[in-house]
Amino acid sequence: MGVTVHTRVNGQPIEREIEARQLLVYFLRDELGLTGTHVGCDTSQCGACTVWLDGRAVKSCTVLAAQVDEHEVTTVEGLAETVPEAQRIEGLHPVQAGFWEKHGLQCGFCTPGMMMTAAELLANSERLSQQEIREALEGNICRCTGYQDIVDAVAFAAEKMGVSVERDVTASI
Amino acid sequence: MITENRRHTSATPGGIGASVSNIEAMDKVRGRFVYANDLTRAGMLYGATLRSPYPHARIEAIDTQVTRRLPGVQAVLTHADIPGRPTYGFEEPDQPVLAWDQVRYQGEPVAIVAAESAEAAQAALQAITVRYVRLEPLTDPKRVASGEGANLHPQGNTLRRLPIVWGNPQMQAPVVVRQSYSVAMQDPAFLAPEAGLAQPDGEGGIEVWAASQWLHADRAQIAAALALPEERVHLHLAGVGGAFGGREDITLQIHLALLAQATGRPVKMSYTREESFLAHAHRHPAQMWYEHGADLDGTLRYVRAHILLDGGAYASSSNAVVVNAATFACGPYRVPNGSIEAEVVFTNHPIAGAMRGFGAVQVAFAYEAQMDRLAQALGMDPVELRRKNALRTGDVLPTGQRLEGPVPVDRLLERLQEVPLPQSASAGFPGVHRGVGFAVAFKNIGYSSGMDDTATVRLRMQTGEDGSPEVHLWSAAAEVGQGIRTVQRQILTEEFGNLRIVLEPIATDVASAGSTSASRQTWMTAAALKEACAALREVLWERAEKELGAQEGAGRLVIREGMLWRTRETELPAQEEPHVSLKSLLRETPVEVERTHHHRPTQPLDPQTGQGNAHLDFAFVAHRAVVDVDLGSGSIRPVELATIQEVGRAVNPKMVSGQMEGGSAQGLGLALMEALESKEGVVQNASFESYLVPTSEDVPPIYTELLEESDPSAPYGLKGVGEMPTLSSGPAITAAVRAASGRALTRFPIRPEDLLLPQPNVAVFLTPTQEQEAESLPMEQINAMTEEHFVATLGFAVEESPWVARAVFQRRPFPDPQALADAFREVLISASPKRQRAILMTHPELATARNAAVGLSALSRSEQAQGGFSTLDDGALSWWRRFNHLYRIKFGFPYVFALRAHAEEDRVSVARARLRNAPAIELACAIEEVSQIARTRILDRVGGLQSVMEREA
Repeated sequence: MGVTVHTRVNGQPIEREIEARQLLVYFLRDELGLTGTHVGCDTSQCGACTVWLDGRAVKSCTVLAAQVDEHEVTTVEGLAETVPEAQRIEGLHPVQAGFWEKHGLQCGFCTPGMMMTAAELLANSERLSQQEIREALEGNICRCTGYQDIVDAVAFAAEKMGVSVERDVTASI
Repeated sequence: MITENRRHTSATPGGIGASVSNIEAMDKVRGRFVYANDLTRAGMLYGATLRSPYPHARIEAIDTQVTRRLPGVQAVLTHADIPGRPTYGFEEPDQPVLAWDQVRYQGEPVAIVAAESAEAAQAALQAITVRYVRLEPLTDPKRVASGEGANLHPQGNTLRRLPIVWGNPQMQAPVVVRQSYSVAMQDPAFLAPEAGLAQPDGEGGIEVWAASQWLHADRAQIAAALALPEERVHLHLAGVGGAFGGREDITLQIHLALLAQATGRPVKMSYTREESFLAHAHRHPAQMWYEHGADLDGTLRYVRAHILLDGGAYASSSNAVVVNAATFACGPYRVPNGSIEAEVVFTNHPIAGAMRGFGAVQVAFAYEAQMDRLAQALGMDPVELRRKNALRTGDVLPTGQRLEGPVPVDRLLERLQEVPLPQSASAGFPGVHRGVGFAVAFKNIGYSSGMDDTATVRLRMQTGEDGSPEVHLWSAAAEVGQGIRTVQRQILTEEFGNLRIVLEPIATDVASAGSTSASRQTWMTAAALKEACAALREVLWERAEKELGAQEGAGRLVIREGMLWRTRETELPAQEEPHVSLKSLLRETPVEVERTHHHRPTQPLDPQTGQGNAHLDFAFVAHRAVVDVDLGSGSIRPVELATIQEVGRAVNPKMVSGQMEGGSAQGLGLALMEALESKEGVVQNASFESYLVPTSEDVPPIYTELLEESDPSAPYGLKGVGEMPTLSSGPAITAAVRAASGRALTRFPIRPEDLLLPQPNVAVFLTPTQEQEAESLPMEQINAMTEEHFVATLGFAVEESPWVARAVFQRRPFPDPQALADAFREVLISASPKRQRAILMTHPELATARNAAVGLSALSRSEQAQGGFSTLDDGALSWWRRFNHLYRIKFGFPYVFALRAHAEEDRVSVARARLRNAPAIELACAIEEVSQIARTRILDRVGGLQSVMEREA
């Protein structure tokens, strides 16, 4: 059964006839070709499908495409445009630049979802501890990096965005 | 613009040693990198797989008639539709492409379909009827190893049994620790489930886009199944979302190719996470029995171990995994004697095969636990014990292989001890204990056991469209996120300076680069590149001599700043030395060279003795873990991991530390949470809901340090780095939990109940032998012992009554051995009469037969022998027999007499006097004798003092 969805994805107005049961993640990937949003599990644990819905990070495998009607979706492809141009680093969102600079990825499959979660955290924080960064990313699994370089990447971005980051209490790092 | 498997062009600086960013990372952070599951083609079909719900069953019939008539279904294939070889396998083709007569694990593919939509494909699967007769699944490797159960394969259920015997395998030692350990099945759990695409090439061949670790191995297996020559099968690397060994075996590649061949259309397939869990190979579960024997100073004398790996349903790479389990069973320590037996058996469990660390991970949990137990038994610091026994350059392994390269075991540990500990307190919660643990390990780099492993690269230098020179590289080395393409670019930058470098897409357009596994790809491809770069310069120089005329003298060829030089300088060439611009050399035709590197030969292990130089090279790693353990809830919080790894020369230090961090997290997972559980062969947790992968809250901050020491035998001095971090991180974490909890911890991952329930005592045996008269325990060592160790060490003073030693332990510290002996006496004389009688009842009677051994402990036997009591003549013997009888009737316990504390001529008179005592007084006398025995035993062993009495005796 079809329904019509009016939404904005990465700032672009979209109007599509879709099946009511279609998940947002497949709408983005299959209908719009936005394959930067990934599917890593089928049980909403991995977070590779994380996007923004009206600026809040959500797992797009837990949202029906029909639910974004009259709402705004942001994916990794539109992440850079969520910060003012002055904050971008060579066209990248500071979080993207952080993942590039600090080797915050290896296979990169978790990276878009991880960055969407991190970017939301930074957009809504004034100061953070490294432990708080770890807590915020807890719903996004990375199998390659052991998270250390991801935390460093987010801390790098935080600094660029004027969010202060306290060092971990573990002093040897 | 999104491009698949794109070509990378760059001229940015960054040779060997530069921490440049991964060249694929820019696409990845922009969401533009194309993973296997992102591939699409116009008019493509969707493939799906019908899997066995049973771990072991006979297939009676497969009915696909209904399915074939369903709308949208374009192909339904079973074993009967395979044109070529019906089986495949990474090492041995023992695995059915599609099962025909039986299924051997839950999830085994039985049929495949291709349909116009993913939904139609799923509906098609539903319509296939398979009649199974369920068979008893083999689920207990121990029972399988003992020969129980029907054969799963024609050759029987033992895949391979490998012994290693060296030195004196029957060696004994004064200090012995024995324990069994188990490690669960770990899933590689790469984040991108299997996906791929295949399409006919229009000329009778097939093109396959696969997320693989080894394209050419895939190609050979696909070609065999499709009955095509290999050159008609073209493999392209699809974007790989993690691998860790789990993409070395084929999963959906052959199925895709079969469906594309059958339908003549592009076919795509994507596994669900559940399918992914069932379909790929896992880390072998292991059961391990270990015995370590050492001298009292901690020097290892021998190791005896039996390692049993559960290979699951098919061979995969088990034959090679078991070699690693056997050859690394002792860890990075000098072990002069011993025997190892490692075996791997078939069961109806999910397939076990390659996973990061490859057989060396499981044994590291066991041998490092053994080292901790041994340290505890000896009252030694665990790191000191490790350093004392550390392998060094020139040492010989149990296989007889001599270690020629760097062996920095001691340095890794020394440096790790210097790294400051984290400052945070254990949160101050009652019941939360902090523990610190160390572990060190090593494994091989590259393929072993005589395999002629190769990697090929092709280079072409040409002038680009803008007229400037550029170099193109073709390599089939699989980039799985580790950064081999970045490494290739760094090496070319090192060789050619800031030349434009074009990395061509990764495909079977060039000969095999071998597998991205065994920590071998950087080594092998770098070696091939080094040879190819040198060859390319030689060809250019031949051209240059045409231009310059023949040049006298010698020098090395160097490409810098767009010029080819021949120079005698070690750094930059001098201006006056001969040189020609690449532009002019390449004006006419490009230069192309192809080189294949073979590493130096290794040997298979002798099947009887396990001797042989099986391995190419080794790398070493150490971890220190800090954990907080809540003994109230059984919860474990890792606080910090610190790791140092021997990496040769790091091509890209930042990427190396990334490997160290990621590998450490996987080791942590196996230590604390990861276990793919099966019940009667049926997997219970094929989902991230119940199979727990460490999150950012589980993994603590990781401190990494690279020990860079150029390996003279390796290209550019580099070493493989990918697997080593996974070896020692788990053992270090479990050591830290052990330190915090005092629990033995013998199964991995650790479960909360392992911390909450009382556990059986770990077997720690101290067998007094001749050596102990020379070796003795210093007093400070006694005072530093844990209770368990104290009891294990000194319990022998009052045999079979460990409570005495426990009570004595509470009276620490002891200024000298006499004070220790006094403490034993005080505990004994203040015990209740009931307990005193119980002690006496455990004592042997004085020898009353020539065969005095029966019923006596080794220690009593030796004391009685020293006391001359085992050599009594017949008359004396009969007197003592009668005496013992009378004494026991009167007092109800055996006559106890400290032989070594009395002069021989007094024995009979003392006995007569004691027999006349009132019962209460005799009880006290007998206990004094027990105290006296304890005293002489203690003085024999402790403080280096030989008791005066013993000398008299």
